[in-house]
Amino acid sequence: MSSEIKQRGSLELTLRRLLADRAGLVAMLFIIALVAAAIGADGIAALTGHGPTAQFLDVGLTPTGLPVPPSGEFLFGTDQLGRDVLVRLAHGARISLSIGVVASLLAAMIGVTIGLVAGYFGGWVDVVLGRLMDLVMSIPVLLCMLSLVAVFGPSLPLSLSVIVFFSWTTMGRVIRGQVLSLKEREFVLASRSMGAGHLSIMFTDILPNLGAPIIIYTTMMVPTSIIFEATLSFLGLGIVPPAPSWGGMLAEAANNSIYMFAWWLVLFPGLALLFTTLSFNILGDALRDALDPASMRNKLQKKKKKPSVGTAS
Amino acid sequence: MIRFIASRIGFAALVLVMLSGFVFTLFFVAPGDPARIVAGERATEAQVAQVRENLGLDRPIIEQYFSFVGRSLSGDLGYSYRNQQPVLELIKNRMPATISLCVGAVVLWLLMGIPIGIMSARRPGSLVDRLGQGFVLIGVSFPSFVLGMAALYFLYFVPRQAGFTLFPPGGFRPFLPNPGLWAWHLMLPWFTLALTSAAIYARLTRGQLLEVLGEDYIRTARAKGLSERKVVYKHGVRSIFSPLTTQLGADIAALLGGALVTEQVFGLQGIGSLAVQSVQTQDRPVIIGVVMLAGFFIVIANLIVDFLYILLDPRIRT
Repeated sequence: MSSEIKQRGSLELTLRRLLADRAGLVAMLFIIALVAAAIGADGIAALTGHGPTAQFLDVGLTPTGLPVPPSGEFLFGTDQLGRDVLVRLAHGARISLSIGVVASLLAAMIGVTIGLVAGYFGGWVDVVLGRLMDLVMSIPVLLCMLSLVAVFGPSLPLSLSVIVFFSWTTMGRVIRGQVLSLKEREFVLASRSMGAGHLSIMFTDILPNLGAPIIIYTTMMVPTSIIFEATLSFLGLGIVPPAPSWGGMLAEAANNSIYMFAWWLVLFPGLALLFTTLSFNILGDALRDALDPASMRNKLQKKKKKPSVGTAS
Repeated sequence: MIRFIASRIGFAALVLVMLSGFVFTLFFVAPGDPARIVAGERATEAQVAQVRENLGLDRPIIEQYFSFVGRSLSGDLGYSYRNQQPVLELIKNRMPATISLCVGAVVLWLLMGIPIGIMSARRPGSLVDRLGQGFVLIGVSFPSFVLGMAALYFLYFVPRQAGFTLFPPGGFRPFLPNPGLWAWHLMLPWFTLALTSAAIYARLTRGQLLEVLGEDYIRTARAKGLSERKVVYKHGVRSIFSPLTTQLGADIAALLGGALVTEQVFGLQGIGSLAVQSVQTQDRPVIIGVVMLAGFFIVIANLIVDFLYILLDPRIRT
């Protein structure tokens, strides 16, 4: 009776493996909580009665004009302008998460398309696209961003485009490598013999086989993009104050080293940033194990085989 | 091999041409009149026109570009809009801090990352390995400026409150006459800049070495009766140098960005902080100079990595 045989689909199996991974589960819960905080940021602001940019010069600052440490009124304390750190943190989560996710998705789309085309057509197309990836990877990103900001001024769309422009190459490399071996498989040959065109083979035959690497590498790109955005905001090249962003909050804390006397200005945004990137990295690891059980079984033999970089000529 | 070298040099030149073209076009299409910035706010139209002519800003962009390239090649990067100092001199003054920071950080991350990776790979699944994996995870997740601020708080400020100085709050001291003081001031910046890369190298070393240690020739070496130490270091580790070199080449471009952030956190007067300051003051010749010079160094460093690659991997030489 108890040993009833159940048929389980691939999605269900993956989910079961994912849920069995405790670290991955904790990471996922943290991300869900963070998303909730980001969506409910206005609710948190309403609950505390403090707007994200409202300055409480009377209760939010000490008589000498210093930030107030965490208390019942301000759970995470206030910053140098008497603003509520908790409320700003929740609003900052919106920026970090949306930039992280949107940039990763866009970069993944570009990377997959270019990797697919390069790997599928091979020959000079591959050489040209490979060189393009080399080129993008050898540009000093932050310096380019500096010159762009010098000209156009800092803005959200600018940060987003720069992050996307410089982060699609890893995905492109991975996909290209996978496509190189996939295109030699019999099902591609079968499709071609039935008269399928290049586009159809690329998108209906090869692309569905790339699901696992696409999901894994997109997840892994999220923390990188989040750190990237926070770094830009920290340098004053990203989100324009007074709009709250984690990197911007840390920059304000670093200004005049005010955080030496108000540790909460660094602790909370710093931990938020660290836990977020940590969670996405752990989730990425868990996803890889769940989506690719073979790698799980051989975990001890080989793990994290890095795709070979560059076309050694 | 000659073809390989030639193609790498050609590529290096292409990167520089594209970078200069990008920066130049960017500032040419940029809103705002540099001549007016230089002439000052109260200058008359005639004065602004005079300045424009002096700076050659009235000529067509192609002509301006080529005269810029020509002058750059002879070592003249123009003059700062702000204080009329030669850009090259400004950059030269900032060079020691950035070079000390970058070189030290690279050495440090190789010294941290590779041994951690080797220890992990020698005993996969062991406590050492799990600690190593934990280091990797934390390292890749820690934004460097948060790390830098935490380091300043705990290693400078807290000891300072307790009445002694463990580390200085930042700033740069020249190597001569006191290398000890130089290293002491750079210790925290080095670690801050090195941690993320150390984690990436540990991960890469572990992965590559695990794979290599499963190869037949390693079994042969063991069967010959070589000591485990010899097997791992003479036969195993040797073969992971070329993937590590590839990674090093890819990291050089990112290194300068990391240096920029670290310089900001620790108040080092390096090239990165010069770039940030000139963006704030809209000092275009300095920005262009920094970007071009940085591009130049990255390209040269990449070429060196390419040559190292040839030395380490005989298969390319054919």
